[in-house]
Amino acid sequence: MNKLKSVETRYMEERGKFFHDLKNLDRRSFLKVSAAAMGAAVASGVMPSHSFQSISVAQGSAAFRFAYISDSHLYEKKINDRFVRSLLRAVEDVNNLDAQPDFVFYGGDLAQLGQPKELELGAQILKDVKAPIKMMVGEHDWYFDMGQKWRDLFGKPTYSWDYKGIHFVTLNSVVERDFWTRRGLTPMERMMTVAGLDNGVQSPFSVGQEQRQWLRKDLAAYSDETPLIVFSHSPLYKLYKKWNFWTDDADEVQAILKRFKQVVVIHGHTHQLLTNRIGNIHFHGMLSTAWPWPYAPEGMPELTVEMNRPDPFNPNDGCGDGQVHVHADGLVDKVYSLWNRGPITVSKAYTASWGRQSVPPKPNRASY
Amino acid sequence: MRRISIVSQVGFVLLYIACVSMATILAGCSEQVELTTCDGTGKATVAKNATGQVLADGLMDQWKRDHPDRDWVTEEKERHELKPPADNSALLEGGQAEGHTYGQHDRRDLLLWARETEKFALEGSRIFHSGELLGSTVAVSCDMCHPHAANTHPETYPKFQSQLGRVVLLRDMVNWCIEHPVRGKRLEADDPAMRALEAYILAQRSGAVMNYGKH
Repeated sequence: MNKLKSVETRYMEERGKFFHDLKNLDRRSFLKVSAAAMGAAVASGVMPSHSFQSISVAQGSAAFRFAYISDSHLYEKKINDRFVRSLLRAVEDVNNLDAQPDFVFYGGDLAQLGQPKELELGAQILKDVKAPIKMMVGEHDWYFDMGQKWRDLFGKPTYSWDYKGIHFVTLNSVVERDFWTRRGLTPMERMMTVAGLDNGVQSPFSVGQEQRQWLRKDLAAYSDETPLIVFSHSPLYKLYKKWNFWTDDADEVQAILKRFKQVVVIHGHTHQLLTNRIGNIHFHGMLSTAWPWPYAPEGMPELTVEMNRPDPFNPNDGCGDGQVHVHADGLVDKVYSLWNRGPITVSKAYTASWGRQSVPPKPNRASY
Repeated sequence: MRRISIVSQVGFVLLYIACVSMATILAGCSEQVELTTCDGTGKATVAKNATGQVLADGLMDQWKRDHPDRDWVTEEKERHELKPPADNSALLEGGQAEGHTYGQHDRRDLLLWARETEKFALEGSRIFHSGELLGSTVAVSCDMCHPHAANTHPETYPKFQSQLGRVVLLRDMVNWCIEHPVRGKRLEADDPAMRALEAYILAQRSGAVMNYGKH
């Protein structure tokens, strides 16, 4: 029924309902709801997710908020229009956030086979994002022409910036050892090899010495107290090597980040809810707009509360986009805005308490 | 599937060598001899005074160039890890098999079983990982959602698939995926591609406990 109403009507109705519900809460429960159980309340459908998220920022629990879109795996439209429509949907999602996010982060794998036309299509669609956009590279963008087209369109894959007291770093964590020269592979064969998640011919991902050196230098000017948010396409830890849910030199990169009191790493590639913490580093995954991956058969981080197994009959289930609420101390509430499901928030309180508080809802359809 | 049986036959190579010798004799006394493989698909040129081995190698090299897919079993296994078939070596340990023809197997039998079974599953792996072989009109292959056939749970079938309103087998779900996300044409139950896909998916869940009806 809701579907037939305009965006404006829906928004006003949701807003009205939210304020109505709010009146029925006493002050104490309101604070409890807004500060700690935001995700749980949204997920349980007590309040419409859309308005609730925007209003919670207005209440000031987070210092600021950014949105993310990731892993769209675009083919040219004439080959496959489904992935194109999914990216358009995500762009619409972030543009429809009232109180626009401070910026939108794109998590890599914009293209499926690194074709110039795929990357151009992606760039064209992302131009419609209203907020400023920051780009990260994924292996699907890179291994046809070794990043040439991607760099032409989006610039350097490794960079950093400061924003509202946080130091942000974007890395290219999908550097592979040369497996193609010896085999005499064509650029397309190399790309096809890397594009297969379970293709064992390719090499493990890494950040590489050059970028590690750059990172050391980049961070040198910052005190240990500076909150750090690092973006990497692959998780910056070792989860499951056979699918490159893995960064080969993760230990070295973590060692560089170790001196900082507060580090958040946000990564793509895994297409699922994924949470981890190693010492001072809190890790969050991003959803894909194209398809969800199954969970790794071994090595799952203890902090991860898996998402429900996706419904194969619903092509968008398990996909989505999301938001990151950044608190003043640099820790984040990570919102997974799953399409066709309620959003799930993995809060700052959850990772900060090593999973003792604000536990996200458990799945009732476990993965195989 | 026909290609598999041809490529795997060692005897085929021997046939070539026989052909080569024939061709040389007939070629007369020119400096170079042109040879044709006995299936008529390939040609090679060698010196007229070459030894049989050189002739055979020349033809074999040509045949390899004409058949770049010849090592597909090795290549597919390298690309996409396959769980090994069950270890049957206990059958070689004697016991009651003495004087019982059904139990009389040697190491070679075991190797043959393992190799052929693995090859069947690997043919499935090839199709599973290729939008082209699946007949996808949108360049989608099974591995894009099911790396290493993860989350295919063949051990849970038959089960009532609520979205379809009936009890289904693994192959019904394979066909559902082929028709929808893959946007190809459904396969008959005895289609070689369907049999190979089932073989691969079942092979990858080796060790899982059968649990029909599980959701």
